[in-house]
Amino acid sequence: MYAMIAGGVDTGWTFYVPYSTHYSNTHVIATGLGIFITGFSSILTGLNFIVTIHKMRAPGLTWWRLPLFVWAHYATSLIMILGTPVIAVTVLMVALENGLHLGIFDPALGGDPILFQHLFWFYSHPAVYIMILPAMGVISELVQGMSRKQIFGYSFIAISSLAIAMLGFLVWGHHMFVSGQSTYLGLVFSGISFLVAIPSAVKVFNWTATLYKGSISLDTPMLYALGFIGLFTIGGLTGLFLASLSLDVHLTDTYFIVAHFHYIMVGGAIMGYLGGLHYWWPKISGRLYPEAWGRVGAIIIFAGFNLTFGPQFILGYLGMPRRYHYYPPEFQILHVMSSAGASILALGYLLPLVYFTWSMRYGPRAGANPWDARGLEWEIPSPPPTENFVGQPVVTARTYEYGSEEGATVV
Amino acid sequence: MSSPSETPPVVAHHPALRHHFDTMATQKDSSLLGMWVFIAQEIMFFGGMLAAYAIYRNVYYDAFAAGSHHLDVKLGTINTAVLICSSLTMALGVHAAALGKRKATVLFLLLTIALGSVFLGIKVVEYADKFHHDLVPGPRYSAESLHGAHGEALSADTARHSELFFALYFGLTGLHALHMIIGVPIIAIMAWKAGHGRFGPAYYTPVEVTGLYWHFVDIVWIFLFPLLYLIPHHA
Repeated sequence: MYAMIAGGVDTGWTFYVPYSTHYSNTHVIATGLGIFITGFSSILTGLNFIVTIHKMRAPGLTWWRLPLFVWAHYATSLIMILGTPVIAVTVLMVALENGLHLGIFDPALGGDPILFQHLFWFYSHPAVYIMILPAMGVISELVQGMSRKQIFGYSFIAISSLAIAMLGFLVWGHHMFVSGQSTYLGLVFSGISFLVAIPSAVKVFNWTATLYKGSISLDTPMLYALGFIGLFTIGGLTGLFLASLSLDVHLTDTYFIVAHFHYIMVGGAIMGYLGGLHYWWPKISGRLYPEAWGRVGAIIIFAGFNLTFGPQFILGYLGMPRRYHYYPPEFQILHVMSSAGASILALGYLLPLVYFTWSMRYGPRAGANPWDARGLEWEIPSPPPTENFVGQPVVTARTYEYGSEEGATVV
Repeated sequence: MSSPSETPPVVAHHPALRHHFDTMATQKDSSLLGMWVFIAQEIMFFGGMLAAYAIYRNVYYDAFAAGSHHLDVKLGTINTAVLICSSLTMALGVHAAALGKRKATVLFLLLTIALGSVFLGIKVVEYADKFHHDLVPGPRYSAESLHGAHGEALSADTARHSELFFALYFGLTGLHALHMIIGVPIIAIMAWKAGHGRFGPAYYTPVEVTGLYWHFVDIVWIFLFPLLYLIPHHA
């Protein structure tokens, strides 16, 4: 915050050396300190989740009975624990380099600027999985809750989260195909990057299979979940284009990358969070939001999103570089579509803000379980009291048991 | 299902048991796992800089050997011994706390602080020597006091690259020292609490968790010592 008030930084978000060490006259060290402190919060959050999941489960809540949202958080926490410290020490080295010119990243003194990129992406690639994995966990909850059916392939979904977390640490080099790293290294990173598609596809297939013969209700959370599945699939498949070494050389730093990234991070992560927010809103606030407006919002966001980022795939494929304000006139129409889509998207984002605020005061009371869903959180009043459960809950079956009327737990 | 308005039964429990834990055993297990996970991230933290060390030592072996040659192996060895002894006193302190021996706990924790301070004192002497010989990376850095394995002068390139060795030397030992500087006051708080009878056989988790941290800091040095001080001594 200090750095922003004092004039910002001129390094770009990646802090690449030598911009951040030699050519920056702005507040690199202050920003670095901010990143460092934020890192502590990431690490301690991850630590909290891991310890809680290991040691503080309710009686009977075995690993294979955990909600998939919890599995996703477990995988995310592992990344936060193992990745964040690396970016912390990297930022520390950049700050030292910026302040004292030690030479660690300076070729003039024998250092190597590419080393910075390696350390940077070692964290920053897993960091995008930190964003998407919890959203995947949310989608697992939404799909089973809204089709009122035991999730298909529970253990595969759980393990695929861990597989994504693990593979995420082995693919950082695919951000550096054009950095001058060895071609053989590029080949290996390209291969491992393809492997990430396997656990991701396992999830998509299992979600789709859960829908089969489910009793589906197209309420707002489900619309977001379906939107997620579609957009994430497009984002994932275009990721395969970028994982191909030769094609990536053509597509690097174009709008194609921008579109791919946003299909995963906005079409994926943000759709997941919005879906989750709608699903658990009655639990959080104790009130129902207006369902019709919720559906309108979900559809506007889906349409606006595709109009914004769909054309960018074409622009990028045709060679439009990112971060340029000037382009050939034949690109004009696609740029206009993209900008129009962004405005629609903004409208879609404002809608939930309005009706959520409205519902906090005027929404009808939700009751404990408005979706008739299964799981521990739906057995307590909404919003949950400070002491969640009056007695110790004992879990007797997997979270998603829709067969029996008694539900999965005894209190 | 019981109704939400019922108040949970109040059961007498140990005063150190926090409300979100059921038993002292769960609380202790959770704290210990938390420290182990923290240590895992610490390993990655040091790992980033050790990766830089590994790469540059491979590329500029001569410069690193010359830089390492200048370090005082005698002081480094003494410090290694001091730190291992401090780990021993720390372990004895945890043991005494587990047995509920108040005086012994305080004594061993104070001994650990003393040994830790000796280590940091010797580190100050070593750092002062580097300042004296202009071996601190930065505008005043000069490799004039360095020489090769047989006393010969360094080539211009080797001399230039030796600055990287000292950058990593100060980076790694500095981070390690910082961890000790954080550890010493924590042990002091533990000693104070132990002196006031806060710990006993039923509850000594904070001492044990502090011990884990201290042993980790010790282990880091066990790695740093050969990596930094003994480069030219390896065949």
